[in-house]
Amino acid sequence: METLTKPELNHLKNVLQREPNSLEKEIVGAQWSEHCSYKSSKKYIKLLPKKGERIIQGAGYDAGVIDVGNGYVITIHIESHNHPSAVEPYGGAATGVGGIIRDIISMGTIPIVLLNALRFGHIYPPLPSNIKVSSRKHNELYSHSKWLLKNVVRGISDYGNCIGIPTVGGEIEFDESFANYCLVDVAAIGFGKKKNLIKNIIQEGDILILAGSLTGRDGIHGASFASKKLAEENRSAVQIPDPFMEKLLIEVTREAIQKDILKAVKDLGGGGLSCCLSETSANLNKGFDIDLDKVPVKYNEMEPPEIMISESQERMLYIISKNKFSSFAKILKKYEVPFSQIGTVKNHNNLVIHKNGKTIAKMPSHLIAFAPLLNRRSKKPKHIHDLRIKKISVGIPKNYNETILNMLANPTIAFKNWIFEQFDHEIGLRTIVKPGISDSAIIKLYDDKFLAAKLDGNSKLCYLDPYQGTLSCLSEARANIISSGGKPIGIIDHLQFGNPENPEIFWTFKQSIKAIIDFSHFNKIPIVGGKVSFYNETKIGPIKPSPVIGMVGLLESMTSITKTNPSPGDTLYILGTTLDNMGGSEYYQFLNGLTGGSVPKVDLGIDLNNSNVILKIKKENLISCSHDCSKGGLSIALAEMAIGSNCGISIELDKVPNNCKRLDYLLFSETPSRFIIGTENEEKLEKQLSNFKNLKYSRIGKVTNLMDDIMFVSNGKKIINIKMEIAKKYFDKISLVMENY
Amino acid sequence: MLKIGIPIFPGSNCDRDIYHVLTNLYNIKTDLIWHKKDKIKNYNAILIPGGFSFGDRLRAGIIAAHSPIIKEVKRLGNDGIPVLGICNGFQILVECELLPGSLIKNDHLLFSCKWIDLEVKNIDTPFTSAFKKNEIFKIPIANGEGRFILDEDQLKEVKKKNQIIFSYHNEDPNGSLDSIAGVSNDSGNIVGMMPHPERTCQSELKSFGLTNTAMKIFDSLIEYIKK
Repeated sequence: METLTKPELNHLKNVLQREPNSLEKEIVGAQWSEHCSYKSSKKYIKLLPKKGERIIQGAGYDAGVIDVGNGYVITIHIESHNHPSAVEPYGGAATGVGGIIRDIISMGTIPIVLLNALRFGHIYPPLPSNIKVSSRKHNELYSHSKWLLKNVVRGISDYGNCIGIPTVGGEIEFDESFANYCLVDVAAIGFGKKKNLIKNIIQEGDILILAGSLTGRDGIHGASFASKKLAEENRSAVQIPDPFMEKLLIEVTREAIQKDILKAVKDLGGGGLSCCLSETSANLNKGFDIDLDKVPVKYNEMEPPEIMISESQERMLYIISKNKFSSFAKILKKYEVPFSQIGTVKNHNNLVIHKNGKTIAKMPSHLIAFAPLLNRRSKKPKHIHDLRIKKISVGIPKNYNETILNMLANPTIAFKNWIFEQFDHEIGLRTIVKPGISDSAIIKLYDDKFLAAKLDGNSKLCYLDPYQGTLSCLSEARANIISSGGKPIGIIDHLQFGNPENPEIFWTFKQSIKAIIDFSHFNKIPIVGGKVSFYNETKIGPIKPSPVIGMVGLLESMTSITKTNPSPGDTLYILGTTLDNMGGSEYYQFLNGLTGGSVPKVDLGIDLNNSNVILKIKKENLISCSHDCSKGGLSIALAEMAIGSNCGISIELDKVPNNCKRLDYLLFSETPSRFIIGTENEEKLEKQLSNFKNLKYSRIGKVTNLMDDIMFVSNGKKIINIKMEIAKKYFDKISLVMENY
Repeated sequence: MLKIGIPIFPGSNCDRDIYHVLTNLYNIKTDLIWHKKDKIKNYNAILIPGGFSFGDRLRAGIIAAHSPIIKEVKRLGNDGIPVLGICNGFQILVECELLPGSLIKNDHLLFSCKWIDLEVKNIDTPFTSAFKKNEIFKIPIANGEGRFILDEDQLKEVKKKNQIIFSYHNEDPNGSLDSIAGVSNDSGNIVGMMPHPERTCQSELKSFGLTNTAMKIFDSLIEYIKK
């Protein structure tokens, strides 16, 4: 398989001053794949703001490192496994979890939680009565998406549960652009003592230990497979998961850190040994002499290129000083983990590969590790303008009860318990706040310190306007952290797009990066980790641009934790004005199948202001609950609060600050920067709210009693009145559909 | 001095959680004992933690059941020392035949992690004396192979000997026979249960609508071994 382009091959020849041999071409080809080298994106990634008072290590290494006080740090990283999951969802998703966990342990920290962001095609039609979309072709698509969903969830569940790391949160979006495909993003957070972080300083004579699974033929050309559009099902490029071996590697690393054995650690992921060795060698400014005969392999007849680019999972590279060998070997033997000393550290800055006593490859590590960067052309796609001005007509709903119920049954909005109950989210005793209680996942770090974490994405908005869409994702992630009571300390991003060689797609990528930079600068929240995944395309075309934003926030005490759900008798307020930009809304897209219109704009000033108000009134103990207002809009946010607390609500829509021309827009607009809050203490809260300048807010209704109805009133008329049991039934549609699949 | 042992196997993953409960909340000296150890002594109780011992290969708990440490657990258990197996620990106790029955794949075929209601059926064991008979409390489960089954004769036998210790109340989360969630040996000192009492240890849970009642399992044990 030819993996290098002609200009790349020429560059290689020029630097080497000779013809590279076939092994060298394979090594460089794996490392210079888009997946490993970021050759299209690196120039732009470099612009991300990475500095902050808590930041020890910003985006760019295996995982970002954030100081959380008292000598403790968290590490955080995100990765995707899209191509493999689309072909073999169980193994693809599982090995995605494995890869991210090894990044966290490579830093010298212990993984404490996992989150995931998943994207699939639709698993059922939007309206049960709509016959048009129930054709055979559609049914096949639904069935395939259900198969992908079921097996991706099972893959994550089997892997995460087995290694004993709780999966505590995330998000899921369904959209027709992911039909026959899926996006599987996994984020992990590690925790440890600052003094135990791996120093990554090595010297000549140190030794390289490869430990874990044997090197086999699985995942050959995996990185290159992920650097092309998905044209055929290349199953040999998908890796095989072994969570048991991963668990043993976590324990080995943990014991070795305690005994201060490890000088440098690097996991083996995309590109296998080629990438691991060249990147480590280049980053640490040392050369490696590697003896390929020493690599433990599954099959004796494996060729050198296969050994160098195999992506067999659950392998780690440890660099230790020679005199620590016997104590390290003792730990590896205790856990019965296969290992071998595969090479030594040299001062020559080359990656040298030997086999049968002969040198079979020799190249400067920097040459391999840093691919020549590309200048990709970019051009604003025509559809962006066309879709913005497209005339969209949606009939005014005749029966709002039905409309709300169908929105609640939208899988992007509906209750996800069928999914999160398959993940052990309790192990480790840190998950004091269970899924669904607060807007983001909250985990205990130490003493009375907690961490809030959330992933958010919105491909529908990003398709229509990648800049505003990405800002919306950032705003939503921050709103979730704030709503839970957290103060944001770091952002991670995962940028997923189609083929970057297409200038129109590359333009959307650049817009997305620009949004992240602007948000990060304005709010002074640094970017601590990230990843780019291109070539997310199938026969039917590219995916919608899908940046996924992760955010973490600190909570100084348990009293800072804010729940989503109100209690009977609470008075409800809304912060922020509802505007009628309906482009990309779930109402247009899911319910009416319409793509187009202008998307909601994020006003960075209002966004920050409203967030600060929430933190302030929470600190003064004036609110009992808080919920962000995002997908599905105001009516869905309120219905979720009612269902979550089992209490009825009574809402006066005329009180909601808005400029909407229509009632359905007011109900379903996804204007960012809005929060719904509940209080037992109206007087004090209103007095405080009136002190804030430029704050739009209003009292909009009451929480009634247990099992009461969900009620919305407009112009003195009850326009929505839904029985709690009925609302719950629709909200539970994913379970219903998947249990019968 | 009182001492509790926690046998660990490659793939155990609830060991640190139980260790935290015993050492930090009850102040009991606790040892994590590697599975290859073939001689142990002076333990007042043994707790086998949850997890995926040996990666659940072949069948959950079967490989661990043949390890050197389990021979010792058998010896101590037969001498009347209290032994509790939680989740994978329960699977191991069933596989090594210290407890009756089998644990098979959940009837819905999925892993299931959630809080359920549990009822105490027998309070005459070292692990249940602090409860009231038929007390109902909340506790989390997290398993894929937690469906407890017995044949008819065995069921008659365990009922006669009062060996059903816990049963699911209202909703049976995995299709267990008679909703059985925990059983004992016939003398009552060895108990296995699928739910995870150690996961109810944080005092903060009360602020979020949950309870610490399941900690009475550890209260009972500490009371028992102190006598």
